[in-house]
Amino acid sequence: MKSLQINSKFIPLLITIALFGGLFVAGSVSYRGFFSMQVVLNLLVDNSFLIIVALSQALIIIMGGIDLSCGALIALSSMVVAYSMSHLNFHPALAILAVLGVCSLFGFIQGWLITYQKFQPFISTLCGMFIARGMCFMINQDTVPITDPFFMTMATTRIKLMPGAVISTSVLVALAILAIYIYIAHFTRFGRAVYAIGGNEQSARLMGLPVDRTKVMAYTLSGFTSGLAGIVFCFYMLSAYGLNAMALEMDAIAAAVIGGTLMTGGVGYVIGAVFGVMIEGIMQTLITFQGDLNSWWTRIAIAFLLCVFIVVQRILVLKRESRKVMRPVEFLD
Amino acid sequence: MDARKKLDKRLIDRQLFWPLFALVVLLTFDFFYIKGFFHIEIIDGHLYGSLIDIVNRATPLMFMAIGMTLVIASGGIDISVGSVLAISGAITAIMIGGDMVFVDGVPKYAAHNPMSVAILVALIASVVSGLWNGLLIAKLGVNAMVGTLILLVAGRGIAQLIVNGNVITVYYEPFFYIGSGFFLGLPFSIYLVAAFLALVMWLVKKTAFGLFLESIGSNRVSSRFTGLDVQTVTWACYAISGLCAGIAGIIIASEVKSADANSAGLFIELDAILSVVLGGNSMAGGRFSIIGSVIGALVVQTLTTTIYAIGVPPEVTMVVKALVVIVIYLVQSQMGKTSLKAAGGATALKAKEAKA
Repeated sequence: MKSLQINSKFIPLLITIALFGGLFVAGSVSYRGFFSMQVVLNLLVDNSFLIIVALSQALIIIMGGIDLSCGALIALSSMVVAYSMSHLNFHPALAILAVLGVCSLFGFIQGWLITYQKFQPFISTLCGMFIARGMCFMINQDTVPITDPFFMTMATTRIKLMPGAVISTSVLVALAILAIYIYIAHFTRFGRAVYAIGGNEQSARLMGLPVDRTKVMAYTLSGFTSGLAGIVFCFYMLSAYGLNAMALEMDAIAAAVIGGTLMTGGVGYVIGAVFGVMIEGIMQTLITFQGDLNSWWTRIAIAFLLCVFIVVQRILVLKRESRKVMRPVEFLD
Repeated sequence: MDARKKLDKRLIDRQLFWPLFALVVLLTFDFFYIKGFFHIEIIDGHLYGSLIDIVNRATPLMFMAIGMTLVIASGGIDISVGSVLAISGAITAIMIGGDMVFVDGVPKYAAHNPMSVAILVALIASVVSGLWNGLLIAKLGVNAMVGTLILLVAGRGIAQLIVNGNVITVYYEPFFYIGSGFFLGLPFSIYLVAAFLALVMWLVKKTAFGLFLESIGSNRVSSRFTGLDVQTVTWACYAISGLCAGIAGIIIASEVKSADANSAGLFIELDAILSVVLGGNSMAGGRFSIIGSVIGALVVQTLTTTIYAIGVPPEVTMVVKALVVIVIYLVQSQMGKTSLKAAGGATALKAKEAKA
């Protein structure tokens, strides 16, 4: 019985991995040239910034919150990097530091509003999203190109894994962040507190966990990570524009949910978010390979998957609840 | 009963005071800093001027604010309104379209489909969108933000598919009347809002619906124990919100004489939420004032017009609006704390805080 319970926790993640495998096999059977290492690696190359924000999004959702500002923060951070280097002649290292500082502060303020002023997370981060987008346009209304040699090198360097299979430096950054997030989520006190808060904030508080501090830290970390994703985005785009990374937060949330993170909090694995991103990417690739489908189908397909996963989650949760005797405390939720 | 009525009156008065105050402050600013802001003149029997313009432009937002108020009062949120707006606009535009035909040698534009059919289809699609949200949220119990997120993501894609990625221009004159026509000197859309507002006010004041809604928003569980049909009432709220977004989509399509699935109603969900919050409504649900939200929508539009008029880049409006929401929210949470404490509701507050 016990092993069965552990299995049921893994079910969403396993479904996701199986789905990814299934989509890849389907693509390989249907389209020529689909079955190659590079197709898989390109999923990482083209989505490295999305992987990074999806990781932080997953952690926030596990905590029972949500962060809608990450897409806008990517736009803001790439704009700050580009502008400070091109117009203010900042050294790249200084520009990167400045960006990480600004984004961490941004996340901190959002977290402070949520924790101490009892803002609903989505209101706080929705406002953050608008402020970040607005700030982009206050800095510069046009596309700002990046010509810095360091960024150029990072953007063009390709690392050869084997013949015909290359990755970019962004992928290395994303993988490093993944390792850090796995460590944070599963091997630190902070990570355990995040899971506990997501499970039941009141109990976490009664257990004596530093709930307020953890929440503020998590949102600050999310801001920091979004800033980092913005820098990786710069490696990818080599330019900045206020409307870049539009609706990316939706992709990040979808990736986290498809990756098996429960929207109600407390359950999930950050690594699931990576598979979520890969599934989104492979669907995009499939639609590209198909050729005659409108690219809008990608969004609809992602929304459809998101919907299926959310409904499955609800059914799993309802099933689990109905097995237990209904207690007033649970009913309150 | 009398004392209770008095209390109600006082609460409503206070609730409406702040949005009206904000409106007056903004208008006073405009009066001093923008030349001719209050100038209204009559051309061809129609009233023209910045004030009329604000009211006219605020009508889509007013519709959405009405729907959003009901949803928020039920304790939920609808962030899909922008996408529903895009879908409804796309359907109307593509169904009406407009071809040039020669009638007795005179070029005339004719609609692809009768205008009433196009509008009806668009409205049905909007209500269906709202019902879909309701299915997820009321029936399956999905978190409201997440449930409407699905349609937010998919809706724009669907709208793009309807118009096949193009901006559809409408060439059918009678259709323009909805968004830019005049009736008895005033923009026609104002009458639409007034009629719809009257209908919704009747629904929430003269039927039990308003009472149920308030009860559900205040406490879902005890409402269920009281025997209220929580699911159906919540479901109805999302359906009405969808309908409101749909009407707003038709008005906007008629105003700009085209449908752009990419940019129609982009970010408008924040404006709608802002209107509701400005109207003195609590984001936590329960007590609500639709009139307050409508005034809130007016404030938002006045703010937008003011920012445009003083020559600040339009994107900055987003920053200002977001800051306004934050400030109001801060004030609201402080006021809520003090008033609850004053009423001896400290325990209730604690319970609420623990829940949040």
